[in-house]
Amino acid sequence: MEYNPITVTELNKYIKNKFDKDNFFENVLIEGEISNYKRHYTGHLYFTLKDENSLIKCVMFKTYTSHLDVEPKDGMKVLVLGTVSVYERDGVYQVYAKAIKEYGGMGDLHKAYEKLKEKLEKEGLFDTAHKKKIPFAPKCIGVLTSNTGSVIRDIINVSTRRNPNVYLKLLPVPVQGEGASKKIAEGIERMNNEKLADVIIIARGGGSLEDLWPFNEEIVARAIYNSEIPIISAVGHETDFTISDFVADLRAPTPSAAAELAVPDVKELKIKLDVYEKRLKQDLLKKAQLMRLRYEKCLSSRAYKEPFQKINEKYMYIDMKIKVMENKIEDKIKSSKLEYVNITSKLDALSPLKTLVRGYSIVSLNGKVISNVKELKQNDEVDIRMQNGNIKAKIL
Amino acid sequence: MMEEELTFEEIMKKLEEITMELENGDLDLEKSVSKFEEGMKLSKKCNEILENAEKRISVLIEKDGKLEEKNFIEEEE
Repeated sequence: MEYNPITVTELNKYIKNKFDKDNFFENVLIEGEISNYKRHYTGHLYFTLKDENSLIKCVMFKTYTSHLDVEPKDGMKVLVLGTVSVYERDGVYQVYAKAIKEYGGMGDLHKAYEKLKEKLEKEGLFDTAHKKKIPFAPKCIGVLTSNTGSVIRDIINVSTRRNPNVYLKLLPVPVQGEGASKKIAEGIERMNNEKLADVIIIARGGGSLEDLWPFNEEIVARAIYNSEIPIISAVGHETDFTISDFVADLRAPTPSAAAELAVPDVKELKIKLDVYEKRLKQDLLKKAQLMRLRYEKCLSSRAYKEPFQKINEKYMYIDMKIKVMENKIEDKIKSSKLEYVNITSKLDALSPLKTLVRGYSIVSLNGKVISNVKELKQNDEVDIRMQNGNIKAKIL
Repeated sequence: MMEEELTFEEIMKKLEEITMELENGDLDLEKSVSKFEEGMKLSKKCNEILENAEKRISVLIEKDGKLEEKNFIEEEE
């Protein structure tokens, strides 16, 4: 058998033809993890798809990239639909991707999230009845977050703006990656065991579901649930809801909002206190005015205004009675007089004196009226009473 | 003094209650005056708490298994 040498170009062309004739290579669906991902400035995407044992080069031309629903990145598990062909220049076969779909890792996370959420909800970890009230104006605020980055800076800025004398205690914890959840849970327990704060903020900036993952782990959820210190959860952006957010006593949309919820505005508080003082003063004043009014009303009553009125009235009454009595007496006297006159006139009529006037005389002996001649004897000296006087006489 | 043990929130609540009591106006004058005095005392206490609190931003650092409280100095990323 004779060997005719061919060029490299001819060989690669031959191989490419073989590939292109194979219907199986036309549309292949491959499952793998992205690595060495690069978005070239031309808009084409270059990456390697791998599993535990093997890898294959991939390219996605710009025309297909507009259909991507997720920006591919290293470590992302994906399904790639494409054509396997040969790049003649480099003598490599590769996948010409037409579509990429996120698969595996992230999908698993979503499933795990939903599963844990359902489980904890059933267990009652999200119950509002268990939620503690966030203390108003806590003396000390514990913050669990990374000690670098914008989150702690935002919390410090907002807190000190609202209360220049705020007391913040930062317990630095990793907020993403392996082991972060354990550290966060430990931090919460530690804060509780050593009673380090009156309220705890657990915070993290925005990120992918993977980045926020520690806050979706059971160990953190349980630590939050078991915390005696009320906890405000501020993880990710406003649109991100982590399990921590559900278990926490209060969910803040952002770390800054968490600081606002934990730290009352001192200026507002002072205004409130001022209002209370004013109200107290007004109330007392009102009370005093009311009392004065009542007092004045009492004073202005007739009893106080004319204290002798009653007495005078009594005097008047007495006077009236006396008058009545006087009248009565006078009447009595008058009628008595009248009666007297009547009687005396009657007496007068019956009086012996009248008889005397008519020429009769009364003879008495030693004061005894004599009406019988036989009572008298010679030489008796008798008194004769006539109308105008007495005269002595001797019986002959 | 009793108030020493109360939190700011509790003092504030008491102040609110006293103000309401006084506003309801059923109290006699002596009681009103004493409530007023108590209210003013509570308000003063609240102000003191706000003003006497010291600004402190600290970071807890573990050392030999114990947490040490140190002033927080922001690290550059």
